[in-house]
Amino acid sequence: MTAPAERQHTKVTNWVGKSIRRVEDPKFLRGKGGYIGDRSLPGMLHVALVKSPYAHSRIVSIDTSEALKVPGVVAVITGQDALSLADPLPDFGPDPSKHTWRLLAAEKVRYVGEGVAAVVAQTRYAAEDGVAEVLVDYEPLDVLVDPEEALKPGAPLVHEALGSNIAYERTFTFGDVDAAFAEADLVVEDRLHWGRSGSQPIEPVGAIADYDDATGQMTIYENSLSFTSYLFMLAGTLKIPSHKLDLHPVPAGGSFGSKLWAVKPAAIAGMCSKAVGRPVMYMEDRHDALANNDHQGSDRIYYVTLGLKKDGTITALKLHSIEDYGAYIQFGVGHHGNALAQVVGPYRIKAVQYGLQAVFTNKNQQGAYRGFGSEVNNWMLERMVDLAARTLEMDPRDIRRMNFIRPDEFPYFIPTGNVYDSGDYEPVLDKALEMARWDYWQAEKIRLREQEGRHIGLGLVTCQERSVFSATEFWFWFDEPGAPVTSMPESVTIDVDALGNITATLYSCAFWGNSPETMAAQLIAEEFDVDPHSVNVVYAGTGQGLPATGPGGSRFTVMIAGAVEGAVSKIKKKAFAIASHLLEAAVDDLEWADGGIQVKGSADARKTLGDIAITAHLFKHSLPEEIESGLEASHVFDHPYTTMPSADRKDLGVFYPFMGHACHICVVEVDVDTGKVSFLDYVAVHDAGTMVNPRSLEGHMIGGTAQGIGSSLLEEFVYDENGDFQSGSFLNYLLPTSMDVPTIKCGHYETPSPYTPYGIKGGGEGGRMMAPGAIFAAIDDALEPFGVRVRHLPATPERIVEALEQAGH
Amino acid sequence: MSQPSVRVSLTVNGVGYERDVDPRTALVDLLRDGLGLTGTHIGCEQGVCGACTVLVDGTSVLSCLMLAVQADGCEVATVEGLASGPELHPLQEAFWEKQGLQCGFCTPGMLMRAKEILASDPAPTAESVREAIAGNLCRCTGYQFIVESVLDAADRMAGSASESTTAPKS
Repeated sequence: MTAPAERQHTKVTNWVGKSIRRVEDPKFLRGKGGYIGDRSLPGMLHVALVKSPYAHSRIVSIDTSEALKVPGVVAVITGQDALSLADPLPDFGPDPSKHTWRLLAAEKVRYVGEGVAAVVAQTRYAAEDGVAEVLVDYEPLDVLVDPEEALKPGAPLVHEALGSNIAYERTFTFGDVDAAFAEADLVVEDRLHWGRSGSQPIEPVGAIADYDDATGQMTIYENSLSFTSYLFMLAGTLKIPSHKLDLHPVPAGGSFGSKLWAVKPAAIAGMCSKAVGRPVMYMEDRHDALANNDHQGSDRIYYVTLGLKKDGTITALKLHSIEDYGAYIQFGVGHHGNALAQVVGPYRIKAVQYGLQAVFTNKNQQGAYRGFGSEVNNWMLERMVDLAARTLEMDPRDIRRMNFIRPDEFPYFIPTGNVYDSGDYEPVLDKALEMARWDYWQAEKIRLREQEGRHIGLGLVTCQERSVFSATEFWFWFDEPGAPVTSMPESVTIDVDALGNITATLYSCAFWGNSPETMAAQLIAEEFDVDPHSVNVVYAGTGQGLPATGPGGSRFTVMIAGAVEGAVSKIKKKAFAIASHLLEAAVDDLEWADGGIQVKGSADARKTLGDIAITAHLFKHSLPEEIESGLEASHVFDHPYTTMPSADRKDLGVFYPFMGHACHICVVEVDVDTGKVSFLDYVAVHDAGTMVNPRSLEGHMIGGTAQGIGSSLLEEFVYDENGDFQSGSFLNYLLPTSMDVPTIKCGHYETPSPYTPYGIKGGGEGGRMMAPGAIFAAIDDALEPFGVRVRHLPATPERIVEALEQAGH
Repeated sequence: MSQPSVRVSLTVNGVGYERDVDPRTALVDLLRDGLGLTGTHIGCEQGVCGACTVLVDGTSVLSCLMLAVQADGCEVATVEGLASGPELHPLQEAFWEKQGLQCGFCTPGMLMRAKEILASDPAPTAESVREAIAGNLCRCTGYQFIVESVLDAADRMAGSASESTTAPKS
């Protein structure tokens, strides 16, 4: 496909843009959310996993005999049993047969926490009792924790079948990189490390599976799962026909990526249900969620070089990245594909070299976490721009301004081939500077340093937030995609009942803290002039589902808007045909006004939606022959703008076109004796295109920023030199508390997308995609008198003190 | 391992219950599995996240760390008891209005803690609310709208208190 026609957004909106109360909330406020743990089926059993205490060990034997004697224990399924009960988990990596990922380890374990057996029992208590009685004999192997060691000859092999620890490596070149560096007056170089953190919603992942061996039907309830069009892969793991799998999404207590593609918990419950012939719940406890999840975030080393002219113009970006994927490679190298959507940030950088080595180690595998690898790229790029500014003795504001893509250059194609649909970056920066009182804090920084010996610093970043992916990022790495571009659709059915009441059916994952029901309701309210709180929103199981992809990559609001637009248009077309008959007027002489159809300019000759609906439902025989009973329509909205990569991969095509932007500014104080970082001010100005519900967008901005603060200062999955996991509880994996997160002052700027309904862009990930760069810049600024630059995320107090000591403090 | 059952009598949201429980049963499991009150959530089972916060004899406790047998003879208040039929509690109204929740999973614990906060200090400040909810983790909101919600609830409750005192005069 080529670029779609540009839309004009001229309509004055009544509901889009209003911070209405969310329609989802009453049930949650009453404690009636219906989360997965709140549900039960008759005769349901519970699973607890036996998990490996070793990072890398051969499983010599497993003795389940004592466990089976425990009261309440029904069955114990070992990794060997699972080999025949289930096929491997879906793996988007380049060659899954060489790094096979299974529900339970069979031959050897590859990280602390990997499951080796599942105990199925009457209650979770009994299942845990059974776990304590399973005897596993392990033969420890050499352990691999350092991804750079993993590259060396003679390193222990995580997957013997692969013959090395490199899951994948490739270097892309976009534009004339050599010429761009030749043009540069100077280069700045650095080694940066982004350590792994993860989403850790307060509710872990869980699933209830109910296999009916009489019909072969597998029904699974889960909290929840995006990519519903791809569930044939889960059916494959469970060895059932794809049309016999019906997954019902239930509300999730937070996701942030962790529930994007949560196939393993569903598959464990499904395998156990199939084995014992009864409904089975597998609900991760916190240790499962921390140690044996599928969603630890990026763990990335960069060797990066930026080329610049003396005046600050950035000419080229060259990087080599070593990504520590852990023991398996669930999403292939999609995290790096994602980064390539906005690798140059908001800047006019003409040439990019991007090298990747994806490496296996003895750690939990990576998955999705808010930003999906692009947040790491943002942090790296802003770190380098600041390093360049410091080297050139330029103001961090000026170097950014002079490199910004200009408003008249959109749609703008970056060197990788992705397009930025629209943007206007200077006003966002100006607004943030004003809100943050930049000059005041600069003066205050000097005063506090000179008069009180205190060290405060200012950090500023200007970053992109790509939204609405097609799936190209997962496969353009490989020379033979074997497929055209993927459409990643989203669907809705809108039903107007006989009284004119409206129900919307959604087809992807339920709800995980975003506002899918509020978005659908506000958009429907906008089209039909009804109160959004009157719109009933329900979810279909995948067994009766239309094509859907669900949230992820900040896509849902844009995609559901397209689906709603299409379905409403079909319903209105039918409603106009009916009204034409009822009002005895030609369709062309009618108009939609105030929730009904009337003769143009004449409110006297009018039918409400209810009038039309009752006719449509009950009195079809009074209508022209071609009109069928009922007033409902479905619409499948496909990705509106995605193009194929070139065969030589010098152009990756359009795969993430709706480009949000933000400026974050923070002011921190660093205690140079303890390394503690405190916030004195924090401003976030975002442009997510047209806003549907500004308050809920702000909720995402603030919540995402809080997660960015966690990733930057507090949270890290730590594996020691033996691969022992040091972060197995919330006592040592530190989520930010209300005392760690400052008040975030939010600002908005709206640059409508020319390609989406109402001009909406995605906005769900932005906070976490911006905050780390701003915080690190502020710490550097505070420690500037010591010549300290922080290069390792998270910047824990220990690391800051260490850096100060190295600097001679 | 299981032990012989112990009889527990307690009141939850004004309703009396008697149940025979395995003595190791956590209060949160009795509430959820024994009494069907699933509004109280389990987040970490080690007393860190606060999702399971309920009031026992008016004081907040982490019901994952309290045994059901320890609640024998106690009055327990959970999120299910906040609203009066169709009418939401001012705290629930405030959380709805201010979007003090996103996924809603920490919300019941947060509401019960907020109820306790406002009972001891009907006119808190943003700073005092932040300090008081520091034992309740929220992964969605960054806390800001929760703080605004609690302050808004305090205003609502002060408003309704003054309304009820002035009502007879009008």
